[in-house]
Amino acid sequence: MTSALKAYAVRLLPQAAALAVILVMVSLAFPGFFRLEMQNGRLYGSLVDILNRGAPVALLAIGMTVVIATKGIDLSVGAVMAICGAVAAACITSGHGLATTLLITLATGILCGLWNGILVAVLDIQPIIATLVLMVAGRGIAQLVTEGAILTFNDPGLIFIGSGALLGLPMPVVIWLAFGIAVALLVRRTALGMLIEALGVNRRAATLSGVSTGVLLIAAYMLSGLCAAIAGIIAAADIRGADANNAGLWLELDAILAVVVGGTSLLGGRFSIAASLIGALIIQSINTGILLSGFPPEFNLIIKAAIIVMILIIQSPRAQSAFAFLSRPRAEDGKTEQEAK
Amino acid sequence: MQPDSSHVLSATGIDKIFPGARALNRVDFSLHRGEVHALLGENGAGKSTLVKCLTGAYARDGGRIVLDGADIDPQSTLEAQNLGIGTVYQEVNLLANLTVAENLFLGRQPRRFGLVSARKMNRRAKALLAEYDLDIDVTAGLAAYSVAVQQVVAIARAVDLSGKVLILDEPTASLDAHEVAMLFRIVRRLRERGLGIVFITHFLEQVYEISDRITVLRNGGLVGTRATADLPRRELIAMMLGRELVQEVAGGHGARGEAGDVRFRFRGFGRKGHIQPFDLDICAGEVVGIAGLLGSGRTETAEILFGAERADSGTAQADGRALDLSSPRAAIREKFGFCPEDRKVDGIVGDLSVRENIALALQARRGWARPISRGEQDQLADRYIKALDIRTSDREKPIRLLSGGNQQKAILARWLATNPDFLILDEPTRGIDVGAHAEIIRLIESLCEKGMSLIVISSELEELVAYSSRVIVLRDRAHVAELTGSAVTTDGIVEAIAASAGRVEA
Repeated sequence: MTSALKAYAVRLLPQAAALAVILVMVSLAFPGFFRLEMQNGRLYGSLVDILNRGAPVALLAIGMTVVIATKGIDLSVGAVMAICGAVAAACITSGHGLATTLLITLATGILCGLWNGILVAVLDIQPIIATLVLMVAGRGIAQLVTEGAILTFNDPGLIFIGSGALLGLPMPVVIWLAFGIAVALLVRRTALGMLIEALGVNRRAATLSGVSTGVLLIAAYMLSGLCAAIAGIIAAADIRGADANNAGLWLELDAILAVVVGGTSLLGGRFSIAASLIGALIIQSINTGILLSGFPPEFNLIIKAAIIVMILIIQSPRAQSAFAFLSRPRAEDGKTEQEAK
Repeated sequence: MQPDSSHVLSATGIDKIFPGARALNRVDFSLHRGEVHALLGENGAGKSTLVKCLTGAYARDGGRIVLDGADIDPQSTLEAQNLGIGTVYQEVNLLANLTVAENLFLGRQPRRFGLVSARKMNRRAKALLAEYDLDIDVTAGLAAYSVAVQQVVAIARAVDLSGKVLILDEPTASLDAHEVAMLFRIVRRLRERGLGIVFITHFLEQVYEISDRITVLRNGGLVGTRATADLPRRELIAMMLGRELVQEVAGGHGARGEAGDVRFRFRGFGRKGHIQPFDLDICAGEVVGIAGLLGSGRTETAEILFGAERADSGTAQADGRALDLSSPRAAIREKFGFCPEDRKVDGIVGDLSVRENIALALQARRGWARPISRGEQDQLADRYIKALDIRTSDREKPIRLLSGGNQQKAILARWLATNPDFLILDEPTRGIDVGAHAEIIRLIESLCEKGMSLIVISSELEELVAYSSRVIVLRDRAHVAELTGSAVTTDGIVEAIAASAGRVEA
């Protein structure tokens, strides 16, 4: 068990180190960065802000990690956020209760995932094309639901999800942390993680070994849809309205980036939800950090790109083998010692 | 060892170290002009690594390579090619979508006014291939020709480009006997022209047929270099394995006595376009061999028995109970197992560890909600790594880094872990070395003794004869003959294939 724990720590080390470096850099440019304050039973501070603002991408990254592990990709999550935000707003304004609204919205997200999953698993359409359909059509559907306007609402329960606090933390933070831990436990405490990795590496070999690859694939896209639904509710609750045009716009790319920064290969196979979540935090820290450091906003995207390129270079196979070379002497000593015994 | 003038190529003290493993340890290798030199060893012995060091595909970590009396240090296969060392691999490294002539002259097409002159190129290609007794349409796409012809084209290109040393890496692996004979004629002619030829193969008969000298590697070290004529087969095998094998192939076990009652009964089982309906009975503790030429429906038979392709006619029963074989998953629930022919594509899950590959089928059968704990997985993997002698530095190594024979054993372990009643092995010994080969045959026999029912598909007839109590002969996607008892001999099988061929043609 300790060796498994150690392997886990080693896996997360590059992402955790990158996050730490970025946070330290931001704190140098903005001295009050690490300050946390308790007001009215709720934490305030830049760090909390990062956790809070990063909620939609973090949620999307959870589902995206699993989809990418199956050697797929889900481009539709941003559009599904818009659909789900619209559905939530439409339900609550037409007089449904909070519980009904949430259930219908989550079901909508799962349904969107089911659609993607069937296209990929049953019809064997390439994931990038299959999910492109809903990416394009999704915003149209969302506009149909909101009838072209920004649909605002005043339900305190729904608003609480976007701006309330629980245990001193903003609700969105509580939600993505809890959901992330739940999904991570689900895949790692059961055999799902291993079966998904086998499916992602070699679908045919997995099928011949008795893995229900079709069901697993569909389930992965349904999970991604569910994540997008939760993210959509949070985004809508945050602005107290559903904006079919802008909710979740381009967030699918941030989610993919978070997964890649988290070290999960787009070729499928090995994945780590925790690493993807750190990846999402890295992206949000960069966003927040650039704003706090007072750079002119026009530099934001370029600085963000430069930092991400650096992280990707550190993770590239070439750099990895260079690191392996640098740490080789020690590793070999250890081995010969063992062999001598 | 000093290089002398009769050596076209001599390598001394070659070292190659990979992180955590020493792949070559001070290996010496020398090649005369005009000889065929067989390079032998089990999988993982270091043959490929040595060849890659010679051709510059790997940078060596020590030693020197002398070609024609001059030290060389090729940094790439291209540089080695220009120096005179050409290589032809088992999977032909040519471009199937280009024409034969284009493949021969790729990168050095004859030009006229700066443009490629197709006419000149085709004429020269034709002349070049005529030296190999190959009279084919050089303007046709390479893909139109058989692997054997492609191989000759690859050799022609390599010899034309390099001309001193030709390395053939398992050139005969996918050729039939007739094609092998054609290839050997060409190899002999090149030998007469004074080329030094390195020949890597797993077929010992071919080694004795064509090679002049033999170098054996084991575990990255040199065991010895001997003249073929002075090296009896048994001794060669002992050199390769480092131990005396009781018998190379466990020949003579022959058709075993009457097995018990019929356990699995298939009636009219078939699928349109794949395999015609057939009847098949298998007892507990019985090995049924399946023989036939390539494309005769061997793999198709395995696939419908396992549900990888759904049967559209017939019934399957075990001990009188109807079986559900509608998918691999269903078949596994009925305690079936299947080791597919194409290990890399259908068998291994390359990036996952040996442990996970072994646990995969058992885990899939238990379902995702009942995970095999890490401790149990470790035990399972360790048990089979030990029992089947799977050579890996540890169980967490990604399986794609193992040699072919060890991958095959791990896939076998995956099925044995599910404790199957019925196991289908499709070419279990293809492309693996002599040692693992003998071990797998021994394993088949011991599984059979434990009461498992096995179907084994193999193109190696001696092997089939050794362990099968019955052999079914296939042709044109139909089961055409069944040999039992004393009729199970290699001659008998060949005759059955030929006879049924005659009958169909008549």
